[in-house]
Amino acid sequence: MSLLEFCQWLGNTQGSIALHESIWAYPIVESVHVLTLCLFLGLTVMLDLRLLGAAMVRTPASEVEGRLLPWTIVGFVVMVVTGALLFYAIPVKTYLNIFFRVKLAFLILSGVNVAIFQRTISRSMDQWDTDRMPPFRARLAGGISLVLWAGIVVAGRMIAYNWFDKNS
Amino acid sequence: MPVLSFFTWCENTSLGEAIRASRWLFPAIESVHLLALAVIGGAVLVMNLRLLGFGMKRQPVAQLWRDTWPWMVGSLAVMLISGMLLFTSEAIKLYYHEAFWVKMSSLLLAMIFTFTVMRKVALADPARVGPVWGRAAALISLLLWSTVGVCGRWIGFS
Repeated sequence: MSLLEFCQWLGNTQGSIALHESIWAYPIVESVHVLTLCLFLGLTVMLDLRLLGAAMVRTPASEVEGRLLPWTIVGFVVMVVTGALLFYAIPVKTYLNIFFRVKLAFLILSGVNVAIFQRTISRSMDQWDTDRMPPFRARLAGGISLVLWAGIVVAGRMIAYNWFDKNS
Repeated sequence: MPVLSFFTWCENTSLGEAIRASRWLFPAIESVHLLALAVIGGAVLVMNLRLLGFGMKRQPVAQLWRDTWPWMVGSLAVMLISGMLLFTSEAIKLYYHEAFWVKMSSLLLAMIFTFTVMRKVALADPARVGPVWGRAAALISLLLWSTVGVCGRWIGFS
């Protein structure tokens, strides 16, 4: 079964059709997805800005990370669940949407960025914890994260448009 | 009806016409609006979580207020400018949309509350103003800003 066939099958399931045609459920799921942006991305941005030495520089980086991360994780879970539901409601069109593919690619890159950060410069955080301007590798991770997430938001917004859709 | 005629004038400005005529201007401005939403959401949440006792508890409230302040005001400015641009492109539709009026009312209240009560509570001497006031202010702030956000999203469904 190809991915497209899987999406076609998914789109024909009862749940998918029900969510797609619902009057309230779909807009509510979409609203939760958009507004959780404040919780998930908002706090991620604040942490990235701390890594860049641009915000809350008087607070140790570990404190910003430690206190915000639990909330960020909650936000991320809500984002993934509501995002999956939005895909589930309109699978074929979304799969063929170029912006959706860009968004997924950026999401993966963003995950890679976090993984690299955690395995490298984050390990020595105790040495630069209170630095107002963290070392270059930390600033790089924060900057890349901001750029990727901005791309994810813009691409996500653009999924509503099918300007460059692949032909099914 | 002076308000409606003002809205009609806004919609008929060349700016409003240009945004309507363009295929990508509206989504582009909306993307900026969303990006600023993330930043203002982050700044407001960092502050409110701290006041509720969940956030960076080791940092003094006043210090956190001063450190998040530029990001809050900066992103608010971007939100207001991008929001006005979006407004000019569909002012008449918005005039008849309840969610728009609820959003604008709660936005006004949220800004007044943030720049007066919140500011006072955040910068107050912790020895004089107990944490209960901080928690109450944070709850009101979250309620007001959430209403702005929910109504903003709801404007899109029509």
